[in-house]
Amino acid sequence: MTGGAGTSGLSLIFVHRIYYMLSYITRRLLQGIIVLLGVSIISFVVFQYLGDPVLSIVGKNATQKQIEEVREELNLNEPVHIQYLLFLKDAVRGQFGKSYVKERPALGLIMARFPATFELASTAIIIAVTLGVTLGVFVSIKPKSFLSRMIMAGSLFGISIPTFLTGLILILLFAVVFGILPPFGRGETVTLGFWRTGFLTVSGWKHLVLPAFTLGMYSLAMLLRLTKAEMIEVLGEDYIKTARAKGLRSSTVIFKHALRNGLAPVLTMAGLQFGQLIAFAIITETIFQWPGMGRLLLSSIYNNDRPIIVTYIILASIVILLLNLLVDILYAFLDPKVQYD
Amino acid sequence: MIDKIFGSRLMKHFLRDPSALIGAFLLLIFAFGAIFAPVIAPQNPYNLEKVSLSNFLFPPVWMDGGELPFVLGTDDQGRGIFSTILYGCRTSLVVGFGVMLLAGSIGTTLGLMAGFYRGVFDAVVMRIADVLFSFSVSLTAILVMGLLGGGGVLTVVLAISLPEWVKYARTMRGNVLSVREEEYVDAAEASGASDFRIMAKHILPNSIPSILVVASVELAVVIMLEATLSFLGVGVPHTKPSLGMMISLGRDYIFAGKWWLVVFPGAALTGMVIGINLVADWLRDELNPKSVT
Repeated sequence: MTGGAGTSGLSLIFVHRIYYMLSYITRRLLQGIIVLLGVSIISFVVFQYLGDPVLSIVGKNATQKQIEEVREELNLNEPVHIQYLLFLKDAVRGQFGKSYVKERPALGLIMARFPATFELASTAIIIAVTLGVTLGVFVSIKPKSFLSRMIMAGSLFGISIPTFLTGLILILLFAVVFGILPPFGRGETVTLGFWRTGFLTVSGWKHLVLPAFTLGMYSLAMLLRLTKAEMIEVLGEDYIKTARAKGLRSSTVIFKHALRNGLAPVLTMAGLQFGQLIAFAIITETIFQWPGMGRLLLSSIYNNDRPIIVTYIILASIVILLLNLLVDILYAFLDPKVQYD
Repeated sequence: MIDKIFGSRLMKHFLRDPSALIGAFLLLIFAFGAIFAPVIAPQNPYNLEKVSLSNFLFPPVWMDGGELPFVLGTDDQGRGIFSTILYGCRTSLVVGFGVMLLAGSIGTTLGLMAGFYRGVFDAVVMRIADVLFSFSVSLTAILVMGLLGGGGVLTVVLAISLPEWVKYARTMRGNVLSVREEEYVDAAEASGASDFRIMAKHILPNSIPSILVVASVELAVVIMLEATLSFLGVGVPHTKPSLGMMISLGRDYIFAGKWWLVVFPGAALTGMVIGINLVADWLRDELNPKSVT
């Protein structure tokens, strides 16, 4: 504050920005809580009223006394709004009941699968973003070359083949026909504390290749096409022509001027894909028998194991809401023009 | 407006664009096969009297052991792959166009009203839209179908439409916001036209091109999603033909070298979707070159 008018003016703007950002984050968190309440009401109805939870727990040959005990445990004798509040109370403490099949707490079962899903999904994102953006930039610089045409044709296939089919084709080619990569499972893993990782063994990496490409393929093609379209638009702008006319090296123009502006919408798009990534992870894990959360969800759907399904839905909602908030904040830091309203 | 869309300029561009022509050709072939499946198919794979288990896992006719009329071989129930594909394409297209009609009309209406009236209605509709959008159509549809434990073709259409309307609503609302300030809308308002009339006669026609682009892109997405749901076993029931389910059944035979169970339905699905995407690409370049997503 001693640095004269210029500095204090700047810091005032900075304080203002922080203030607006904090109030924006607070508002978004409040919205997120409202959404979670909505999700919890749906989950509650599904949990307590869809099908017969009592029968699922005690089985068909239960005595009247056992049935009464379970009804008491599920609070089914209370009025509906009390039932919901009790459900919410348990949910906030992370208690979503026990899996009908494994008879262990649902949250623990799901969290034990988290590392496998995280490693698969993060590898897929890295593949999709790096290859998608690099190839997209290349295609936008040399749109008429033979290689570019091949890449664009490939990207058309990429967005036209559903994830499950991509997985099966990769298995057919690399596991059945060529026999060079394993089709199922996660390979050897190393346990570090609570985290079981496949990143530290050769077999872990080999098992990761096909599922990671399967999961990333659609996003890769999507980001490639988006990058190309954005870059071609940006490369036609006046300031790019000016930069070229100034005699700047074309790599400087492309990477320092064009890519910076062309990439913003691409990253926004990538940031909004988490829900889809989770959905595609369910499919990929099922095909490759990858021991992650998605495969657990699907087997729970087949077994009608409702505590797991409900816990999964609530966890997925929290993850999606938090990641979206994170992307928005990062985006705001990178681009000072963003307005919070 | 219809003249403007299907007018001569557009038609001329279409005929000069090879990828659009290929796309339309593919789409026509699959639509034709699907509509006339009962006439073209050598066998009705869903008529139990016509299916015999003794025709178990025949390879395609050009391979050893292949037999007519099973051009592309048979599955483990003795159903002809070619015939089942034709019937499967029917389900794909029925679900695809069903969702287009349902989600399209709901989404367009909600987006139109949200953009026109703004205020609380806009805020509520668009917040719900934001949430559904961030969950994505695929995840919502998988979870809804999983919770319902399956259902008929109509259930699949409803489960996909539940999140899908958002795509149309967001596009429509964006359009309304940019058109609303135009002079001809002000003029219509000043002349005392009703809200409904302004929306239906002045704003909606102006947005038809961008809605068409969304509809064509989403047709491809929805057809892939129906196949995915059926592949996962939470889509159409087993008594209905579906490309996704065919591929799911064939999956168990990949390691036994019976590739035709997966490759042919997969190729049909991909061919149909590529056809739609090629037409969609062309429509987008032609109708609103600015938007990319």
